Amino acid sequence: MDLRLEGIGHHYGDMEIMQGIDLEIPAGKIICVVGPSGCGKSTLLRLIGGLERPSTGRVVQVGEPPIDSINPLTYIFQDFALLPWRTVEGNISLVLEDHGIRGAKAEKIISDVLARTKLTDFRKALPKQLSGGMKQRVAISRALAVKPAVMLMDEPLSALDSQTRELLMDDLVGLWTREPFTAVYVTHNLNEAVRLGHSIVVLSRRPGRIREVVDVTMSLADRELGDPELERQQKHLWNLMRDEAVAADKELLNV
Amino acid sequence: MSEDAQLATQKTVDFRGGGFAPQSKKWVGFIVFVLLIGLAELGTRTGFITSLTLPKPSDVFATFVDLWQSGLLWKHLIPSVSRLVIGAAIGASVGIGVGVLIGLFSLVRAGLVPLVAAIFPIPKIALLPLFVIWFGIDEPSKYALIAFGTFTPTVVATYGAVDNVDRSLIRMGQSFSLSWFSIVTKIVLPGAMPGILSGLRVSLAIAIILLVAAEMLGAEYGIGAYILEAGSLYDLERLFVGVTILSILGVSVSAVIGLFENRLLDWRT
Repeated sequence: MDLRLEGIGHHYGDMEIMQGIDLEIPAGKIICVVGPSGCGKSTLLRLIGGLERPSTGRVVQVGEPPIDSINPLTYIFQDFALLPWRTVEGNISLVLEDHGIRGAKAEKIISDVLARTKLTDFRKALPKQLSGGMKQRVAISRALAVKPAVMLMDEPLSALDSQTRELLMDDLVGLWTREPFTAVYVTHNLNEAVRLGHSIVVLSRRPGRIREVVDVTMSLADRELGDPELERQQKHLWNLMRDEAVAADKELLNV
Repeated sequence: MSEDAQLATQKTVDFRGGGFAPQSKKWVGFIVFVLLIGLAELGTRTGFITSLTLPKPSDVFATFVDLWQSGLLWKHLIPSVSRLVIGAAIGASVGIGVGVLIGLFSLVRAGLVPLVAAIFPIPKIALLPLFVIWFGIDEPSKYALIAFGTFTPTVVATYGAVDNVDRSLIRMGQSFSLSWFSIVTKIVLPGAMPGILSGLRVSLAIAIILLVAAEMLGAEYGIGAYILEAGSLYDLERLFVGVTILSILGVSVSAVIGLFENRLLDWRT
């Protein structure tokens, strides 16, 4: 299943957040969206997944999601959004229960996704006992449990320290290499973008428009910390964004 | 600095952090009680406090033992506790229900919040005659008074608690296509539970106050009736026994809620 954005525009009251966004999200690829703060990256993600209605344009689903997909458009949030009163397995079964998956069938899915995110030993733990990186792993395994056609990732690593971020990036690359998934990955961190994105969409500052789409051809598994080619790409992205970021920083907020 | 370091005076940096972190010191509260009662006993025995001002704590205790041995204690306590339980259960459950509805539906909120604000400050005791006319002099009017008094603070605490549930968790529920009913029962209600329970502490204390008020009219047995009778005879020993029983009741109710909090809210950090 692919997604296509057709002329997406959005405004809150008089304030234009974004304008004329056209984008293809092909199956099996990770699309990173970067841009200066306040350019509407996260809003765009909420529009794609139907948590918000665009003022103009539409999000088109091209083709059918796989039959076994329980929740085709699935989010991973920056703040993890785990229920603090449920254990790790309880948080995963939460999203299965409502789709009528219980008992042995749910058990099988939960064991599988926990194994894939290396969480098997933490099955009965409560979120308060886990570190930030572990919490995000739980959120990732919860997302995997519903077999999404497209993962919508909203700055998933931004609340984590840089070491944990490296570890989780490796995990994501590992997950993708074993079984390619489709994702829209919003971030303000250019290093994450060049490490994880098959193509990188650079948005301008508010009202957000697509400034450039940068394709990174190197395979995900080969991208390592400090690779010169990636450094070059990252520098290119930063040059694109620098002036905008300075201007965005100086903008007065009246929201 | 480096050359003088050997010669310069050395001094440990003063500690100035700490404090502002409540710790559980279980026995202090108990010691305060014992100390106060001990002082009263000492004062009344030496004659520093006249027996007209304050009864001797040991006499109050003897009166309590009498009441217990005569079997009258249970005769007074059982109707009181059953009134409290039934009245508070009605008031709290309706209160939680209405509070959740206010928290979930804007229309209900717009309609009922002003009404709740209007009935909150009414002293419910003043309405007792009205309840007697509506529900008769027997038990139902007492249940109604206690229920009504428990209802308003529970409503306010509940909708406040529902408002405070983390919206990002609700968005998460929607993003996984959970049904509306699941979002309410699995995300909103557990999330509101801490606020609801701390609201219940206040509501149930109010219920005990109203219990006494209700029993002052047309009750043969009950702690309130016992206190009223002792008061009109200026029998201070019995008056204090009654008041002490109420205090113990209050502490027990609070302990029960504490127990619930420990069981239901162990997920809190």
